[in-house]
Amino acid sequence: MNWGSWSEFFAMGGYALYVWGSYAVTAGLMVVELILLVLRRRGILNRFGGKS
Amino acid sequence: MSSGINWFKFSSPASFYPLAKKLAVGFGTLAVVFCAVGLYIGFFMAPTDHQQGESYRIIFIHVPAAWMSMFIYLVMAFWAGMGLAFNTRLSGMMASALAPTGAMFTFIALWTGSLWGKPTWGTWWVWDARLTSELILLFLYFGFLALQAAIDDPRRADRAGAVLALVGVVNVPIIYFSVKWWNTLHQGASVSLSSAPTMATTMLIGMLVMVFGFWFYSIAAVLMRARCIMLERERNSEWAAQYLESGA
Amino acid sequence: MIAGGVAALAVSAALVLSAFQKNLVFFFTPTQVAANEAPQGRTFRIGGLVAPGSVKRRSDGVTVQFVVTDTAQNIPVVYQGILPDLFREGKGVVTQGRLGPDGVFQASEVLAKHDENYMPPEAADALKQAHGNGLNAAQKTLVVPGSGR
Repeated sequence: MNWGSWSEFFAMGGYALYVWGSYAVTAGLMVVELILLVLRRRGILNRFGGKS
Repeated sequence: MSSGINWFKFSSPASFYPLAKKLAVGFGTLAVVFCAVGLYIGFFMAPTDHQQGESYRIIFIHVPAAWMSMFIYLVMAFWAGMGLAFNTRLSGMMASALAPTGAMFTFIALWTGSLWGKPTWGTWWVWDARLTSELILLFLYFGFLALQAAIDDPRRADRAGAVLALVGVVNVPIIYFSVKWWNTLHQGASVSLSSAPTMATTMLIGMLVMVFGFWFYSIAAVLMRARCIMLERERNSEWAAQYLESGA
Repeated sequence: MIAGGVAALAVSAALVLSAFQKNLVFFFTPTQVAANEAPQGRTFRIGGLVAPGSVKRRSDGVTVQFVVTDTAQNIPVVYQGILPDLFREGKGVVTQGRLGPDGVFQASEVLAKHDENYMPPEAADALKQAHGNGLNAAQKTLVVPGSGR
């Protein structure tokens, strides 16, 4: 195990800003992409689906 | 063409649409599993680096994202070329579905690279061949998306986009080999086909697991988008009407 | 229309490529500088290894001097500013600035160029002992592609 404690883990040896900045933006973009895809699909079903 | 029938069975949106859903669910599940395992290896099993300390842990998303940015472009150009050659409807839809995810991974590669470059190299950005060519890749994706958005007729948009995508393919080997062909600030490849990896094994395994995680994520996201595009474009056809009705 | 688009794109691709070849020579090695291949009278970058034992901080506290070497030629460098974390003796460096008439490179920016080896500190120590002083391993950083251009 690399980390003595959780605070050590979050500190990332002093590189917290860079490491977590990278991971947060990456995860955020992926989640947003999936949300947008679900919304796009709902929009299509609302516009063209149902009682057409 | 009769011998090609089996191969082309799924090249019609009507039969690909339900298949894409099953594949998206499957690959989406795999993506979650692989990313979870990859992150665990990357943060809790992989040791600290001798030069960079903990900042090197950005590698577990930077390299997979950079590989995906190039790989998705190649797949996009492949579908674009298929569309030009065989004039199949699905090809153009696949190319359009790939572009946003490819652009996203290109941005992630640049963003994480910048956040990695600051503490290690001492700068957020330099105009060296590797960084510049990766930035050109982002512009190629944006150009493809803008071009397609500007043309109303989907088939014409596909053809115009396909030409752009195919011409832009030259940039991919330039990105990949830039660190060999030119002096760059970016270091050479740690993992290549021609020589043994220059990474400790645990680090390498963590990175490769993340590569698979990102790969599966991309497949799932692209198939979800392809399903949307299929429904949008073919909403007046019989098969699409049926799915629009049931919402499946 | 499509043919015209192809032509325009091909031309722009060719322009980008030639810009690459001309302007993206990111740095010159000390050997190239000694052979007068580096541009005269304007800023450029030199790349190489920080010569072991050459880093000295002057008494004013902000000026650092060191020697950039490619093991064949050496260039003394003077710099005032913050050095990156990975700036180490025996490791790769790329620095931008101007070559003075006295042969001393006045640096305005110093960047660390690290290699592509990732390993835990214990493995690096073992490797260093096997190699003697670590310079041999670090030289990999320096291999300049296409320097016979």
